[in-house]
Amino acid sequence: MSQYLILIYEAEASYATVTPEVMGEIQQAHGAFAAGVEGFGATLVTGAWLQPTATATSVRGASDVTDGPFAETKEALGGYYLIDAPDLDVALAVAKTVPARFGGVEVRPVVDMGA
Amino acid sequence: MDQADTSGVAAAVAAAVADAHRREWAFVLAAAVRVTRDMDRAEECAQEAFAAALVDWPRNGVPDRPGAWLTTTARRRALNVVRHQGVEARHLPLLVEEASAPGPEELIVEDDESTIPDDRLRLVVTCCHPALDQPAQVALTLRLMCGLSTAEVARAFLVSESTMAARITRAKKKIAVARVPYRVPTAAELPDRVEAVLSVVHLLFTTGHTVPAGDELVRRDLVQRSLDLCRMLRRLLPGDPAVAGLLALLLLTDARRETRTAPDGRLLLLEEQDRERWDRASIAEGVALVREALAARPPSRYALQAAIAAVHAESARWQDTDWAEVVGLYDVLVQIWPSPVVALNRAVAVGFASGPTAGLAALDALAAEPQLAGYRYLPAARAEQLRRLGQHTEARQAYTEALFLTENTVERAFLEGRLHATEPPGPMP
Repeated sequence: MSQYLILIYEAEASYATVTPEVMGEIQQAHGAFAAGVEGFGATLVTGAWLQPTATATSVRGASDVTDGPFAETKEALGGYYLIDAPDLDVALAVAKTVPARFGGVEVRPVVDMGA
Repeated sequence: MDQADTSGVAAAVAAAVADAHRREWAFVLAAAVRVTRDMDRAEECAQEAFAAALVDWPRNGVPDRPGAWLTTTARRRALNVVRHQGVEARHLPLLVEEASAPGPEELIVEDDESTIPDDRLRLVVTCCHPALDQPAQVALTLRLMCGLSTAEVARAFLVSESTMAARITRAKKKIAVARVPYRVPTAAELPDRVEAVLSVVHLLFTTGHTVPAGDELVRRDLVQRSLDLCRMLRRLLPGDPAVAGLLALLLLTDARRETRTAPDGRLLLLEEQDRERWDRASIAEGVALVREALAARPPSRYALQAAIAAVHAESARWQDTDWAEVVGLYDVLVQIWPSPVVALNRAVAVGFASGPTAGLAALDALAAEPQLAGYRYLPAARAEQLRRLGQHTEARQAYTEALFLTENTVERAFLEGRLHATEPPGPMP
């Protein structure tokens, strides 16, 4: 088993304007996703939903603290899942089921510090 | 043995090794990868097996089954590497296999060729994994499946050797580190994965068939490599209609190879080619494959392209071409493969089926396609319709535009000839 971080990049503006009804749908979709991970032979380790980039603060060294995210992009990092999967094909199969209707996801293998 | 005999034997052995390299490289390498689970080490073992053949075969004769000899030699070396080199020497993680895959010790007990599993399919689908971009897929396929050196791969795609080396290293590293599994895809995944492989083979063929830039029209070596790969896929996946379709397309297109340029190197259009010199054996094989490939529902895009090539291959003269059939096949092709380049080819066929006015209208409908901006065949096709309509001033503008976009010397000469032929008569001296 190996760990993969699934980074969810979506257009924040789209989230700002969704109706409570759609928001409910999205939350349900995430619940359904989490319930389905084991079916691929993978395990969900953890995951989180981030506050929008307007709340971000970037820090470089001890003195350089700036308001805003590290990089301004149209589709910003909005959340992540950390999974255990036997190989990239399984990780990609899981990633394809992550709800990300306003963008997409990036799959990154995690360095195995025990190897 | 006198001197002449010795050099004769050496030349015969060198030829046998070169032939085995072309035919058996992927089989030998795939067998070594199975043991080492490390591409770089497996490549070293396969190269050493070919080097050993150059020493052994002059002494003991070329074996009856060179592939089996080379595979056994490469696997023995691979096992040695696995036994004697510790994990600390390894710079990349091992390739991921199924848990049920046998270990190297179990693999080496029998040296009989029949017990060596054919791992070429898993090697080629790994080379063309969707997590790799297509330039990387192409580079890995040429390097690992065809056994080309990095310098040869670089030359084929007109990039520097260091650029190509970096591309190959990065791709191998991604396969190992991101754990791209080294296995045959499941039946459900197979069509998509085979499609990626076919797309790489097709790209190799088209790059060889009409070289994008330079003095030659055809790169024979690339065409041959793509045909070899496609025949290998046909043996590995005999029931796959898309593979049959691509092999048919390559054979039917390549059958015209000898007639595509005049003895002076000038480009000859389909209309001008000597059909007597088309390769009849390739056409017969291609036509039989087209029938098989078209039986699938829906037919693959390669099967339809091959069917179009078959219409040309089977008409005895240019005037006999069944253009209505060609347009009909393009209509189906555009449905399953909505590409502006396909629509452009369809428009050219419309020009022959219904006349240049209809052809020009079909081409002009594509003028706003962003994918065709800068595509040399759009102004070239417009120019041909305008020339046939006798609108020489407009035709000359379009030929000039096409020339501006064309970097292949042979194609440029053709366009310059057309430009010259549509010149208004000069003033009297």
